[in-house]
Amino acid sequence: MKRFFEKLVEGALLISGSVTSITILLIIIFLFKEASGLFHSPVIEEGYELALNKANPVKKLTSYQIKEIFDGKILNWDEVGGKNEAIELVRLSDLTKYYSEAELGSNFENIPAKASELTSKHPGIILFLPTSYIKKNFNGTLLKHETLIPGDFFGGKEWYPTASPSPQYGLLPLLLGTLWVSLGAILLSLPFGIAVAVYLAEIASMKVRNILKPVIELLAGIPSVVYGFFGLVIIVPFLQRLFNLPVGETALTGSVVLGIMALPTIITVAEDAMRTVPRAMKEASLALGATHWQTIYKVIIPYSKSGITSAAVLGIGRAIGETMAVLMVTGNAAVIPHTLLEPVRTIPATIAAELGETAAGGGHYQALFMLGVILFVITMIISISIEFIGKKKYQ
Amino acid sequence: MTPVIQAKNTDRKKRNSQAIAFTIFKLMSYSVVAILFIILGFIVIRGIGVISWDFLTKAPEEGMTKGGIFPAIVGTLCLVAGSSIFSFPIGIMSGIYMNEYATESKVATFIRIMTNNLSGVPSVVFGLFGMALFVNTMKFGDSILAGSLTLGLLSLPLVIRTTEESLKAIDKSYREGSLALGATKLQTIQKVVLPMAFPNIITGLILSIGRVSGETAPILFTVAAYFLPKLPTSIFNQVMALPYHLYVISTSGTDIEASRGIAYGTALVLIVIVLLVNLLANGLRNYFSKKVKTN
Repeated sequence: MKRFFEKLVEGALLISGSVTSITILLIIIFLFKEASGLFHSPVIEEGYELALNKANPVKKLTSYQIKEIFDGKILNWDEVGGKNEAIELVRLSDLTKYYSEAELGSNFENIPAKASELTSKHPGIILFLPTSYIKKNFNGTLLKHETLIPGDFFGGKEWYPTASPSPQYGLLPLLLGTLWVSLGAILLSLPFGIAVAVYLAEIASMKVRNILKPVIELLAGIPSVVYGFFGLVIIVPFLQRLFNLPVGETALTGSVVLGIMALPTIITVAEDAMRTVPRAMKEASLALGATHWQTIYKVIIPYSKSGITSAAVLGIGRAIGETMAVLMVTGNAAVIPHTLLEPVRTIPATIAAELGETAAGGGHYQALFMLGVILFVITMIISISIEFIGKKKYQ
Repeated sequence: MTPVIQAKNTDRKKRNSQAIAFTIFKLMSYSVVAILFIILGFIVIRGIGVISWDFLTKAPEEGMTKGGIFPAIVGTLCLVAGSSIFSFPIGIMSGIYMNEYATESKVATFIRIMTNNLSGVPSVVFGLFGMALFVNTMKFGDSILAGSLTLGLLSLPLVIRTTEESLKAIDKSYREGSLALGATKLQTIQKVVLPMAFPNIITGLILSIGRVSGETAPILFTVAAYFLPKLPTSIFNQVMALPYHLYVISTSGTDIEASRGIAYGTALVLIVIVLLVNLLANGLRNYFSKKVKTN
């Protein structure tokens, strides 16, 4: 009976132990499940059609081409593989320019017929209409409902999920924004972090350590939204004045805030690594006549290289995944940044800012989950590479 | 602290470069302290005037530019309690399993790697996951239950790691002594190992509470309400929460300038929670370590 009870407890403990693994599995399943529809979602807004003249040889347009046409950047059909013919853009509201209200009917009951007529008469037309206005005898070609291709997502240069008629889900501006902010953060905080780690591990007296350690713990404990708030009211106006910018919410602001937030991680991991340096090695160096400083940079830092690398990688991981602070201070402009002094938008900030206002199951919703998948994959790669770096040390 | 063996060195240049380097390191370290004090000082100075009994016990009024933050405090307490009920037992049991039962086995290594991976997952991904699983699939809706489960999963790696490290710190001889006296493994864990590891485990649990109370991204889509003066009556209600409230009133409130004061006050309350949690954790740690010494 006792035996049985012990086994039972062990089983319960094992089940608890496997919860984290199950969670990881569930995260993978659910993120992919919600995101999977993205590459089956139509490039044209649902419930709408794009119609062309029958003589137009163009039979399909990519999401990006549609957007460029409707933005007035592509003006001629030969740019998208058609004949040399000017593009004539007609939306539902533009129909009144071609037909009087009387012709369209008092209840707009003539719109289907007139739309059909207009399409057949104008060779360069592209007509954007709700599907309900397209009747059976429509005299024109309807563009096929292409689905978003992975290339549009992973190589897309524009993130504009509310664009009409073709929402743009381009990953590049968000990915680059994330990388810029994170790299800026790590460049700022790594020198600081290593310096503090060296100071704590080698130079500081016990008394100073007892002050610094809790300070670093506290820095790690401050909620990210408080960092964001502090950044918003202090760092944003400060940088705006310093660089004389039109707006203070820039990639650099994000980097400064994230740099502070990444400090505790970097310091703790790097210091732990420096403490594992065998005493014999330090003493041998000192006995050979090296100064304490020489011992630090010739023996201790090279020896703890893998630990310092882990610290840097972990710091980058923290920075890439940080959401609220970045959302509050980077200005959230989803454009590809050229300098650190421009507003950017990161992947986590995009998810946090936009998921609340999307309809579950739509293309936008799926695109945000796809961003989550990408974020998850990046952090998994980081976790695994740290595992790898840690193993290497003992070989 | 290892005593530094000062090598005799007549080369002044070497000593100078050491002095310069050490001074720089010292300055950099102290500037980290300065950063903390600037952040804390700023929020305390601006926020202290806002704090009053009314601020802590009343609901927000007039488009969140006046009134208090009581519903947000209650909401955060609900979420902390809910996530703890979920993550503490599972986390502690999991830590016990890994340190006492499956020390070096493949299973333990696998679980350890997975736990590390989970702790690296960004909080916003937890939010997405919580929304997909708890809110949509399990149909809990935006609720305390969904938010607590999401936060519980987020803090799970922290609880597991603390438990494991606390157990690891206990000398093998205690376990062997107990086993030699005829106790079973379970009895040893229950009567010897756990009581000894208890102080460190508690410290870790308190720190995880601090972490949970400040998280925003995971509750964005699982529980947090923009404005909800009514207090929750069941675990299927939405609640306001302090960190989300701070985010909302400092970025998207109806009148951002007018609600600045409330924002400082909310930030101060959050900071005080973090300070209290850290003080409590440190205090307990010191108290118990003294107790162990005197015994």
